[in-house]
Amino acid sequence: MKRRKLEFLGASWLFWVGAIAIYAVVQVLFSTNVITDYMKTVIQLGCVMTIVSLGLNLIYGFNGQFSLGQWGFYAIGAYASADITYRYAAKVSIPLNLGFATFDVGKIAIFLVAILFGALLAGVIAYLFGLPVLKLGSDYFGIATLGFTIVVKVLADNSDTILPFPEMKGARGMVGIPRLTTWFWSFFLLVLCILILRNILHSTTGRAIVSVRENEIAAKAMGIDTVKYKTLSFVIGGIYAGLAGGIYAHLYAFLHPSLFHFIKSFDPMIIIVFGGLGSITGTIVAAFAWAFSLEGLRIILPSGAEAWRYIIYPVALLLIMLLRPQGLLGGIEWGFLKPIQWPRRKIDTGAPTVETATQEAV
Amino acid sequence: MGPLLQVERCTKYFGGLRAVCNFDITVNEGQLAGLIGPNGAGKTTVFNMITGLYTVTDGDILFDGKSIVGMQPHAIAQLGISRTFQNIRLFPNLTVLDNVRTAYHTHAGYGIRDAIFRTPHFWRKEKELTERAQEFLAVFNLADRQDEIAKNLPYGEQRRLEIARALATNPRLLLLDEPAAGMNPKEVVNLMDLIHFIRDKFSLTILLIEHQMRVVMGICEEITVMDFGEVIARGTPAEIQNDPRVIEAYLGRGTAARLGGVRYAS
Ligand SMILES: Nc1ncnc2c1ncn2[C@@H]1O[C@H](COP(=O)(O)OP(=O)(O)OP(=O)(O)O)[C@@H](O)[C@H]1O
Ligand SMILES: [Mg+2]
Repeated sequence: MKRRKLEFLGASWLFWVGAIAIYAVVQVLFSTNVITDYMKTVIQLGCVMTIVSLGLNLIYGFNGQFSLGQWGFYAIGAYASADITYRYAAKVSIPLNLGFATFDVGKIAIFLVAILFGALLAGVIAYLFGLPVLKLGSDYFGIATLGFTIVVKVLADNSDTILPFPEMKGARGMVGIPRLTTWFWSFFLLVLCILILRNILHSTTGRAIVSVRENEIAAKAMGIDTVKYKTLSFVIGGIYAGLAGGIYAHLYAFLHPSLFHFIKSFDPMIIIVFGGLGSITGTIVAAFAWAFSLEGLRIILPSGAEAWRYIIYPVALLLIMLLRPQGLLGGIEWGFLKPIQWPRRKIDTGAPTVETATQEAV
Repeated sequence: MGPLLQVERCTKYFGGLRAVCNFDITVNEGQLAGLIGPNGAGKTTVFNMITGLYTVTDGDILFDGKSIVGMQPHAIAQLGISRTFQNIRLFPNLTVLDNVRTAYHTHAGYGIRDAIFRTPHFWRKEKELTERAQEFLAVFNLADRQDEIAKNLPYGEQRRLEIARALATNPRLLLLDEPAAGMNPKEVVNLMDLIHFIRDKFSLTILLIEHQMRVVMGICEEITVMDFGEVIARGTPAEIQNDPRVIEAYLGRGTAARLGGVRYAS
């Protein structure tokens, strides 16, 4: 395997040039209003949904633990980061004039600190919740995580009464969140999330994670601490959800507990099953398809028609399960998401030769 | 050489069913020992107790002189006990190469940080690990299969892959549960040659379960026979072959009497 010199996160400079080009082209389309503001939000929602779903695919698709907790961690990331920027973003302003554009470095810093805090908080809570449940090896992990999402929603409903956060305004919804998410951050945070997940999966850590899904008993017998890797997947998945929540909060600048209803926790589940369990590529494709179908249809169809999605999604799921049970791209990766290829080698071990039997045994 | 594995008076109950009772075995360093017995004798249960998959109801198990009873399966594996399963347990959707590389996990020598940033250390260790895995595959004549999905392999190759994977954990003691099951006679002979070969090449100690007596007679130095959870005989293949109790266990009392306890049918 030849090692490339100029690379970051295992992606070559060519990759980064390509990423910057995509970012720039879309940005130009935004600035020239070829893509409307509304569609701009939809595209960014696609980025957000991809990040949440990648996290869930790690937990369920790669590690094999059925979880409905992803939406709870999404809520935690959203509210926690919004609370920080709500309090501090207005107070900090460090404009930086680069000639062609002005950036408020202070606000960007607060934004990044806030969403990172939201992500890490989600990760810590995932650890505290996940470790005991996973250690027990409970068959009820799915139910427990559903309960978790419901509890988080109830707390969001009562954030101003039970929890000491009057600015979250409980069931009335949190307003006044600064709109700090830009296309730049949505896009590059997504790229980082994709690369980091790819790098984890195509390493010894990733193989340990996947072995738990493949055969837990065999994994243990090979010395793999399965509880550790289940917890690790759950925590990383939670961090992804929390980060996505933070991006979302500063995209729409409004949070309402109904957004975090447990029914919606099935959305990332639908996305990963549709796109393919255990496929990063499939998750990206399905998450953007989801965002466009959900928000895009609102433009085309008469108002109220989006209620049809409660029929369209189950039917689509049913069809995919019948026609292609592994999902659109189950187990398939494209381009830079492919595993590292290692050439075969001719090795003479001196072992006695073995007849390669071709017939199947009974 | 001293004893590597000592199972002392181990008993296992499943509810009211006594699967294993007062089972003893000592396997010395470098030995190739066999464990045989008829269906349901408790052989697999013994393996599951040694590897920590089943809790031991009573008794003690020492590995390299230290008790391993009550330890987690992965911790026992990390001490240097690896195994295969009677009903093959591969990682079915992973490639042949990844099956072996996964088992090399505890020796990978890099962490998640190296993986995320794909540091030079990551590339170096990953290359080393892959080459080791390829060597294990080559021993089992699976080198050409490295990119195939494990579940698509023919049965005999799946069995060999499982042994290759067990070796990748770098064990001192290898437990093989009916490695020849479902193989044709020619494959069985090949496999026994291979088992001999890996024992010497990787300086292993091997304990092998077999159902057919014929198979172990050729390669094991000492054989323990169990029936109904208990040890009924122990000795060299020649001694075992003529032990009336063994013949009885395998053929039933009536047949053994008719044959006059001379030899068992092959
Ligand atoms: N998990 C379990 N729960 C209940 N009973 C079990 C369990 N595992 C094994 N047994 C019982 O324990 C006894 C011994 O089983 P074991 O699998 O150890 O036999 P074996 O010698 O490996 O037989 P075989 O040659 O068929 O593989 C059998 O009666 C079996 O039904
Ligand atoms: Mg058995």
